[in-house]
Amino acid sequence: MFWNLPYIAVVLLTIIGIATILLKKNLIKMFLGVSILTSAVNLFLIVLGYRDSGIAPIYTYAPSELMVLPTPQALCLTSIVIGVATSALMLSFAVVIYRYYGTVNVDEIRELKE
Amino acid sequence: MRMSKIVRFCADMLYPAVVIFGLYVIMHGHLTPGGGFQGGAVVATAAALVIVAYSYEEIQGMLSKFLFQVQESGGLLMFGGVALIALGLGTTYFFNFLANSGLLFGMSVPFGPNPGDLNTGGVLPLMNIAVGVEVWGGLAIVILYMLSGITKEGV
Amino acid sequence: MKKVLSLLILIILTAFLFVMAAGFTFGTPLKSDMDDYFIKNGQEQIATNNIVTTVVFDYRGFDTLGESTVLFTAVIGVALMFRKYIRGDSDENE
Repeated sequence: MFWNLPYIAVVLLTIIGIATILLKKNLIKMFLGVSILTSAVNLFLIVLGYRDSGIAPIYTYAPSELMVLPTPQALCLTSIVIGVATSALMLSFAVVIYRYYGTVNVDEIRELKE
Repeated sequence: MRMSKIVRFCADMLYPAVVIFGLYVIMHGHLTPGGGFQGGAVVATAAALVIVAYSYEEIQGMLSKFLFQVQESGGLLMFGGVALIALGLGTTYFFNFLANSGLLFGMSVPFGPNPGDLNTGGVLPLMNIAVGVEVWGGLAIVILYMLSGITKEGV
Repeated sequence: MKKVLSLLILIILTAFLFVMAAGFTFGTPLKSDMDDYFIKNGQEQIATNNIVTTVVFDYRGFDTLGESTVLFTAVIGVALMFRKYIRGDSDENE
């Protein structure tokens, strides 16, 4: 199992993220679970494009000419920026919900309040 | 109730260093790891450092929301404008019309490892600057608006 | 009842993901034709040393345009949420 260790780490992070969303009752902790799930998907993208004994794909003072694949790194960059946008909007929603209902517990937000 | 003298002095000393490092990461995006998005996040950290050290009322004279809005909109317009100029010159959208020519950033690079030269890259350094300025303005606006929307008596 | 259902879903998902993760090989990508073309010809066509930057801004520039728009929209959304509670420099004309 040790030849696949980065993929095992991706699976563990995914399970932790989904478990946090399903089992917790606080709104802020659910948002942390979404952020952990985003990090797991980014790690999966990077791990997919690795070559054995390859260096970073940059030609400035490069020691050898066997390089890892550059396309998954570009996709991961876009995904990180979208994660930042998601986190900013989710946290501002949490502030407005707390100001309106008075609590951040998910079980008490269900009822319609006048 | 302010932060102590040591915290404010260290924030004053560190602010120019962080801004210069962020601008270095943005400008050398086509030679070393980095580029527009990474450098923009580094420079936005400098604004967050100053806001944490001082309180919000003291910052309003130094960092204004209007300038950051202009900065963010200008960055996105410059990014789209550079891509549209290539359409006006006869080639396709997003074409690199400055690479391997003799104009602003156009020097040819032979194949193989070499110490990098700043004069290369074509359209890429202009796009790096545009995206870096946009990310700097955007993240600073998010921090400033979230801080100003929190009242004093228990949110 | 709800906790039992959540734990059951988690256990099934864990088993499924572990079975899938055992089939990957780490270190040898299956198909790398496009990336070999980028590594071989990226430095001469665009005159840049950084291949990741050429992929982000030149070979796949449309994704970067969409990403900048998403960031801009998120900042507009945050500013819209907090418009009612600004203290200090707000103009009272409503």
